[in-house]
Amino acid sequence: MNIFQDTGKYVLLMRRVLVQPDRWRMFFRQFPKELEKLGLQSLPIVIIISVFIGAIMTIQTKLNTENPLLPTYSTGLVTRDTLLLEFSSTILCLILAGKIGSNIASEIGTMRITEQIDALEIMGVNSANFLILPKIAAFVIMMPFLVIFSMAVGLSGGYLVGVFSDIITTADYLLGIQYAFIPYYVFYSLVKSLVFAFLISSVAAFYGYYAVGGALDVGKASTNAVVNSSILILFFNLLITNLMLN
Amino acid sequence: MIEVKHVDKSFDGNHVLKNVSAVFEDGKTNMIIGASGSGKTVLMKSIIGLHRIDNGQIEYDGRNLPDMRMKEIRLLRREVGMLFQGSALFDSMTVLENVMYPLEMFADTTKEEMEARARYCLQHVDLKEQSYGLPPSEISGGMQKRVAIARAIALQPKYLFCDEPNSGLDPKTSLIIDRLIHDITVEFNITTIINSHDMNSVMEIGENIIFINKGEKAWQGSKDDIFHVDNQDLNDFVFASELYKKVKKANA
Repeated sequence: MNIFQDTGKYVLLMRRVLVQPDRWRMFFRQFPKELEKLGLQSLPIVIIISVFIGAIMTIQTKLNTENPLLPTYSTGLVTRDTLLLEFSSTILCLILAGKIGSNIASEIGTMRITEQIDALEIMGVNSANFLILPKIAAFVIMMPFLVIFSMAVGLSGGYLVGVFSDIITTADYLLGIQYAFIPYYVFYSLVKSLVFAFLISSVAAFYGYYAVGGALDVGKASTNAVVNSSILILFFNLLITNLMLN
Repeated sequence: MIEVKHVDKSFDGNHVLKNVSAVFEDGKTNMIIGASGSGKTVLMKSIIGLHRIDNGQIEYDGRNLPDMRMKEIRLLRREVGMLFQGSALFDSMTVLENVMYPLEMFADTTKEEMEARARYCLQHVDLKEQSYGLPPSEISGGMQKRVAIARAIALQPKYLFCDEPNSGLDPKTSLIIDRLIHDITVEFNITTIINSHDMNSVMEIGENIIFINKGEKAWQGSKDDIFHVDNQDLNDFVFASELYKKVKKANA
């Protein structure tokens, strides 16, 4: 029953969020700040995770495919396709659900319990739209760039394995990541990331907006935001994959 | 003027407000007093429209709030200023930006005019210029209340609501805030409603006092009348402390 109530509340909240702002000027003042906070400030973690995962994936793929029948470029190919299809969109979004989701939920939740949202409502401001729309818009716009960046850095991580070890030669790796490249995979990955970015930001905002109580409850809202957006990401991953790759 | 007529409000079968009627006058500090759990906060939130009432009318100069659509309520709220118990200033903005915020949202003036108006409001509440660029977390509780008052009056509201305005303040600062609210009310002819259980405030600025007891309006009068009332619940509430017992005795 709760899941239906929450879904209904979420839909009603989104109806208030996804409307024209009261003042575009205020929206465009907030929007760049959110681009910086949600997008640019996520770059360091995206770089660190992607480069390590790219490198680890290359090593593991190589070690698990030691077979003279397999072509030498197969390690690069598998690493590339795994990064493109799954890691740089889904896994990255699951990680960002933790960082961005908890950030959004705790920020809006704190505003709720300190009556700042009530203050906006009393002024006659559409608080949901004012607070949430810039976050969703900024994160949805930044996410494809983060995904592309993650793909590039992840592939570089694999290349570094070739440079600093003798597990694979750089020539084999470079051949592998170029072999039988399907550009549609990048498109598929970007479509997924747009959906996930919307889910992460809107679900986190929902839990923050309806936080009730004190600091402990903001913590709970933040946890719920991360857990539920992660589950939704996995569910929509299956759905989109079925639709786009099947 | 705000008129409340036969208002009822329940939560899950718990009848919190029972047939409450009251008149809150222009240019006066109207106070809602009562013990914790008496229903005064529910009454105030119902008047503002944060709670939907079960029965009755809440008229803002003849405009009945329960009959309004959300869009009309939003428009009405632009005529309302509110001072929250915890000030509710926006953390991400400076003091000056907090006061400019309602102007930027709703006033059709230039940025210079908005800033001038915000500065005027801040000067009006006696806040020093050095604090204008600071975030709210870096100023004292009393200063935060002043900023909140400045923000509440920035759009020249017709109605001002104050929820426990002296909560967390020392007696001297409380007195200053009380007088400030009273002076602003008189100067701008605002209908001010203050929700309080601070007897010092009641005695200082209570021009029209409504006593809520167990969800019902038990008494209405001024701070001068309060000494001569034969209402046991009111007397138990107002003259609970030794100090006020002595004050009453001296007054008698």
